[in-house]
Amino acid sequence: MSTTYKVPIGPVHVGLKEPVTAWLELDGERIVGARVRPGAIHRGIEFMARERNPIQVIYLSERICGICSFSHVLCFIRAIEDLAGMTVPVRGQYIRTLVLELERVHSHLLWAGVACYTIGFDSAFHLGMQLRERVMDILELLTGNRVNYGVATFGGVRWDVTPELAKAMREMIRYYRREFTPFRDIVMDDPIAHARMRGVGVLTGEEAVRYSATGPTARASGLRIDLRKSSPYEAYGDIPVEPIVPQDHFGAARGDVLDRFAVRVMEVYQSLDVLEKVLDGLPEGPYAAEANLNKVLASLKKAEGTGWGIIEAPRGDDTHVVHLKGGDENVYWWKVRAPTYANAVSWPLMFRGNELADAPLIINSIDPCISCMERMMVTDGRGDPRVVTRAELLERCRRKTFDMMGRRA
Amino acid sequence: MITRMVPRLLKHICLRFVTNLFPAPHMPPSLTDALAEPAALTPPVPVGQRFRGRLNYDRAKCIGCRLCLRVCPANATDYIPEEKKILIHNDRCCFCAQCTEICPVKCLTMSGDCMISSYARKESVVTDTGPVQTDVKA
Repeated sequence: MSTTYKVPIGPVHVGLKEPVTAWLELDGERIVGARVRPGAIHRGIEFMARERNPIQVIYLSERICGICSFSHVLCFIRAIEDLAGMTVPVRGQYIRTLVLELERVHSHLLWAGVACYTIGFDSAFHLGMQLRERVMDILELLTGNRVNYGVATFGGVRWDVTPELAKAMREMIRYYRREFTPFRDIVMDDPIAHARMRGVGVLTGEEAVRYSATGPTARASGLRIDLRKSSPYEAYGDIPVEPIVPQDHFGAARGDVLDRFAVRVMEVYQSLDVLEKVLDGLPEGPYAAEANLNKVLASLKKAEGTGWGIIEAPRGDDTHVVHLKGGDENVYWWKVRAPTYANAVSWPLMFRGNELADAPLIINSIDPCISCMERMMVTDGRGDPRVVTRAELLERCRRKTFDMMGRRA
Repeated sequence: MITRMVPRLLKHICLRFVTNLFPAPHMPPSLTDALAEPAALTPPVPVGQRFRGRLNYDRAKCIGCRLCLRVCPANATDYIPEEKKILIHNDRCCFCAQCTEICPVKCLTMSGDCMISSYARKESVVTDTGPVQTDVKA
């Protein structure tokens, strides 16, 4: 006899950092089916952008995500620069790369700590948090803030890297090379951590392709995908970056939570190498193309068209598409696709055959950022959220495209 | 069980205490009374060189060009048409320093003041802080 029970994890749950609901179908302790239902933290940022000009929207896009805020800002800025045909001085590009990699280090360290906390390894969690403080201090020295840096602007960056800052960053790189390896060994050599993470939440390479996983989630399944290599932006053209896949370092890619942990840990070392190369190759010259904000605003008011920005955020590919209308100062429309959106669809696959106790770990294993992900919400006008079928969504999407083509013509 | 964590934890016993016990080492009997005497509180960690705190506004210098209103992402600045001056709602400010960058006469500057939490919304409105002597340059 088999009876299945439906158990919700979330929207509010101690194992989750952000509200999302996973309805798990359980046969005893084993998960036989899962359904992920987001929709608890939609904020309507795109709507707010429609009454703001691009300079104001920089700070709005920063607040899409607290951890990968610079990725979203840079993505938005690159989309605007793409449509307005702006160029960025080389020093500005290098400083942007620097902040991107610093952010990757801090995001991966935070995730590694939280993953330890999720399996109940609290001492390693505190160690991870302690390690992360150093990169936060450097970000604060460079930008003035620990999160939401406000460092990027159209055509460059707002603050320069001084020689003292470069020295502090080199000191930080040495600190991480020295102190991060013990943390890695503590977790990856621990038999209990191994038992909790090995073979849990498996996503095979074929499934990762079929469900279009991105970033460390896809790389842990053995896919060699990294936008920093396949479509270099900013200074990545000068600094080659090889995608990190577990088969290169550990023999085989199993696509489980331990592989995702290992990929992120190896990426921290990679980011340190990139940071060092950026500091070595930091060219002299201006770091912003246009210091006069009035001129920037005036040129953006004239600009018309659709621009794309796609970058490799710490969690995967981040895509922003922006449309500006000539003569209109405000952003006409703006589309954000955060990496979690692509990764979250593989959750039901990862849940298969695992135990209920592993569910929070599996949810956390893709480094979810639910507030990044929730970009739209459908209600029936009375405030009840409703599910839209695929056919209906496609129909609506096509109708909107036709409407816009009509409006633009 | 001896794991790799044990020597790490032993090392941490000898390390310096890093947390700044702010605003007081222990919860005082009355928080309101304790906050009324700032001298008795543990001072916060000093802010960095590029820290962006509460806005300073030199009202006499302001020419009322309204450019700061145009770039403020949080609509924290209000224009007073009768006086051709602005006022800043600090509770809305997101400390991006965009207004200090666009201000043609540089009457807006970021201060290093970070202790600005308040229950009174109206008290956190900045109308004039006078000419700035030592400003934290962004």
